[in-house]
Amino acid sequence: MDTRMRRSLEGRRTAGIPMILRFDSIERIVHWTSALLFTVLILTAAPLYFVQVERIVGRRALIAEIHTWTGILLPLPLLVALSGSWGSGLRADIRRFNYWTMGELRWLRTFGANSSLKLEKFNPGQKINAIFVGSSMVVMFCTGFVLKWFNFFPLSWRTGATFVHDLFAGAIVVVVTGHVAFALAHREALKSMITGRISESWASKHAPRWLAEETDDQPEIG
Amino acid sequence: MSQEIDDSKHGIPVGRRVFLGVAGLGLLGIVFGSQVQRAVGETVGAGLGGLLPGGNRFRIYSITGSFPNIGTSDYRLKVSGLVENPMTLTFEDLKAMPPVHLVKDFQCVTGWRVPQVHWEGVRLSDVIDAAGVNSQAKGVEFSSFDGADTESLTLSQARRSDVIIAYRMLGGPISSSHGGPVRLYVAPMYGYKSLKWLSEIRLVEKVSLGYWEQNGYPVDAWVGNFNGHQDAPIT
Repeated sequence: MDTRMRRSLEGRRTAGIPMILRFDSIERIVHWTSALLFTVLILTAAPLYFVQVERIVGRRALIAEIHTWTGILLPLPLLVALSGSWGSGLRADIRRFNYWTMGELRWLRTFGANSSLKLEKFNPGQKINAIFVGSSMVVMFCTGFVLKWFNFFPLSWRTGATFVHDLFAGAIVVVVTGHVAFALAHREALKSMITGRISESWASKHAPRWLAEETDDQPEIG
Repeated sequence: MSQEIDDSKHGIPVGRRVFLGVAGLGLLGIVFGSQVQRAVGETVGAGLGGLLPGGNRFRIYSITGSFPNIGTSDYRLKVSGLVENPMTLTFEDLKAMPPVHLVKDFQCVTGWRVPQVHWEGVRLSDVIDAAGVNSQAKGVEFSSFDGADTESLTLSQARRSDVIIAYRMLGGPISSSHGGPVRLYVAPMYGYKSLKWLSEIRLVEKVSLGYWEQNGYPVDAWVGNFNGHQDAPIT
């Protein structure tokens, strides 16, 4: 109830266009600080991974240090946001990532070809992106820890951690590239991650079930 | 949560399972990844293996956490211990000796292998023979100017023709992160034997354990069967 009230208060009209709140300020801060940390991690990973890039950039020790500490900081924005009452909006959205209807599972299999599905706040592609990024953060943190403090673990763990860290790094670069490409292709959605609000007309097209949830209290039929 | 039952509205809670599944797989990979990597390598072969993450690349390790940087003009290599003529060689002295070219794999004990690396330097045996080995000497110890790393070989290992003091690799001068300007390359053994930032060669009667050997790695580090993986010998 609390959230609902805050959302309707924050949602307002911009130049006559009815807007609703898509991401509260905590969610936006978490998104952009994490995005910054991810960017630093990917940029510093390049010379650590590719000898050719290292040749150009140099200063390997410094870059390795930046990479390590950025990695340690990465989970912090999310954890701080989730640790208090201020994270209610974020928690609600994470709960949405958990629940999947059969229609959504079908949508994912056909990658959106089944356009008759009335989507909720996030489409299945966004949900799987969030789930993958979340779990890969856990994996990268733990494997990175083993790589950095390898002497506390058996030698074969260092091999395994190297393998997994490399594999997930490749997957993360692909997923993040896709995420940025989708964001650039959908400017209004991207803007809502900056301002927090999105037009009701966008929501009625891309997230009709969510719009219905936000604007009236009638139970929805999925 | 009671909402979980309300399937019509919320659907089935599979997201958490996927999250835990992916995270769990990744963490299992820490423990079993070395076997998986080996199986993948054997299935797809070395060529394609090089394209996969985890394939044929150097990973840079430093036990001190930094990369000592010495220019070729400041570089000195001490040859000491049980030798007739203790000496200190400059980079130019090494370059003036008969060069050796090797094209051989570099196999790390942690599992990665870089195939067909080009190495250039001088035979270790040429350097120790130039100093004149005392008949009491049975082993050779090496120190690194990183101030921490030490390694050793028996005298007969040190005399092998595929054990060199390298001053070029990968077609260029050896970068600081690869242990330049001068490092050891012990071709038939795991990479930790190929000490980086070589600063001293000491002939001794009895070798003491090197840095990695003190941490449980084998003293005779022939590439082969060690710690869960089977690595093809480097010939």
